[in-house]
Amino acid sequence: MKITRRGFIQTAGAATAAGMIGVPYIALGASKKVVVVGGGTAGATAAKYIRLADPTTDVTLIEANSNYYTCYMSNEVLGGDRSMDDIKFGYSGLGKHGVKVVHAKVTGIDAKARVVKTSDGSSYSYDRCVVAPGIDFQWDKIEGYDAKVAEKIPHAWKAGPQTALLRNQLEAMKDGGVVVIAAPPNPFRCPPGPYERASQIAMYLKAHKPKSKVLIFDAKPKFSKQGLFVGAWKKMYGYQSDNAMIEWHGQQEEAGVVKVNAASNSIVTAFGDEIKADVLNVIPAQKAGAIAFAAGLTNDGGWCPVDLGTFESKIHPNIHVLGDASIATGMPKSGYSANSQAKVCAAAIVAMMNGQEPGTPSYVNTCYSIAGKDYAFSVAAVYRLTEDRSKIASVSGGLTPGDASPEVFKREVAYAYSWYNNITHDIFG
Amino acid sequence: MAYKTFTRAALVAGLAVGAAFSATAAEEKPKMMMGADAAMLANSCTGCHGTDGNSLGPAAPSIAGLSPTYFEETMVGFASGEIPSTIMNRIAKGYTEDEIKAMAKHYAGKPFVKATQSFDADLAAKGAKLHDKYCEKCHAEGGQSPEDDAGVLAGQWTPYVNWTLADYKAGDREATKKMKKKLSEMLEREGSDGVMALLNYYASQQK
Repeated sequence: MKITRRGFIQTAGAATAAGMIGVPYIALGASKKVVVVGGGTAGATAAKYIRLADPTTDVTLIEANSNYYTCYMSNEVLGGDRSMDDIKFGYSGLGKHGVKVVHAKVTGIDAKARVVKTSDGSSYSYDRCVVAPGIDFQWDKIEGYDAKVAEKIPHAWKAGPQTALLRNQLEAMKDGGVVVIAAPPNPFRCPPGPYERASQIAMYLKAHKPKSKVLIFDAKPKFSKQGLFVGAWKKMYGYQSDNAMIEWHGQQEEAGVVKVNAASNSIVTAFGDEIKADVLNVIPAQKAGAIAFAAGLTNDGGWCPVDLGTFESKIHPNIHVLGDASIATGMPKSGYSANSQAKVCAAAIVAMMNGQEPGTPSYVNTCYSIAGKDYAFSVAAVYRLTEDRSKIASVSGGLTPGDASPEVFKREVAYAYSWYNNITHDIFG
Repeated sequence: MAYKTFTRAALVAGLAVGAAFSATAAEEKPKMMMGADAAMLANSCTGCHGTDGNSLGPAAPSIAGLSPTYFEETMVGFASGEIPSTIMNRIAKGYTEDEIKAMAKHYAGKPFVKATQSFDADLAAKGAKLHDKYCEKCHAEGGQSPEDDAGVLAGQWTPYVNWTLADYKAGDREATKKMKKKLSEMLEREGSDGVMALLNYYASQQK
């Protein structure tokens, strides 16, 4: 449709009458440019869903790596039921939706000039920017453990080479070996993850190296899905018996790991106990990904404050922060949360770029943990935004009942796999 | 018949939905922003049920192309606990009746894509006959029609159809009178081999 002066005035008038904000500047022929920084779960979902909702939007996604390995289901690589290729995704699917994918490293964002800069010297201007950098580690929290040491003693909390390294170490370990997992303090990516990991490793050891053990050292007095994990560990791994394959040390605060001795492959707890491991997995305290700091999007706690309905930064307007890096008060840092929040954000961005007020959001999270053969359970919730926008509050949900039948735990494995197939396709397909 | 079931179930679920919201309200009294549009609501299903409601399996059912009444009945049944499930009982309570209606309408408008899955051709041939005899009257066109507010069976993921049948068989899920009669007739004469044949027939329909 040709926009005439008369037509434009009418359109603008109608928009105002309908209670929309501002002038619908799209009618003036202005560009609608979105740059997405980070091609993980949140970034890829946002890029795709912006294009699905409004194919006239110009969307560029900038991601350093040519493939993405999902953190979710990477514990199954450690257990041996999945290969690295099974958790690997490329970006050709996004291309089919008209997302321009650029493989480059983002070095900075000029929020005033609305420009994203990359290490190859290129600049990408935007009307709205989505920053989804994932997590980074607080390397100063555990003495003797840093990015360099992590090349030998993996955290495996960003899936990829770190996951493969930990799997190789587990395979090389002798029967009767001790695997030590240092669990991180809150808040961190995937709250049930360390405990699912212990379960998956125990499942592998039970089948291949039955004299071995997994010890978890934890600074937290309790953890996600604890009752369900303990139930599963008792049924499958002799938890709290003389032959326990999993031990959780966490009731006292002193069980947290404060030091890693790389030379002897051991950890030291706050209490002062030194435990030597055959395979050591240290998951450090976390913070928002590096680019969030470079762009000045973080608060004192190291995470990014956002409006919970649009995910627009509370620090820099026109930049939205998604995924684990954002403070999505009320929701856990999970893959499904990131996917759901990205859709809420995409809808808000499309509305705002078309001169409309963002609609009412609705969010969901489902998180499966596979604790052993034919044994999975879940936490799920549906969320709404409180009217004062202070919290994404759950309106229903809960855990798999602890006394569920074996049939239910078995069905949840098949539903967990279905979730994985469907959500990864929803993100990258 | 189907509509009646819905109204009855809706009354029960109305209580359940209300209870879920008021329980939260009693805790901290936050007022929620309600009234999300159909696309926003439907977007929250896709992580498990596939983009546009077509699941890639191996078990979670596709929800595209269902009759809106069947969709509503099922969601309301989940919310009230009348229909057993692993996870949907927890999720369905998070939506109001109007929201469920909006989602039902949204997904009814999406074409159902039949699943690609393995099957045994001989069993499928036997299943086709059993289907004609016991199921076709309500699950028309070989189980692919959503007419008469019946669930879509042809091209649905086998584990889901299997478990749903098992729940009916065990009495955990209430079937309509007609279905109860036909299912018990089939089980009496054909046993679990009959179920296997039917499952293979539904899995064999991929186009």
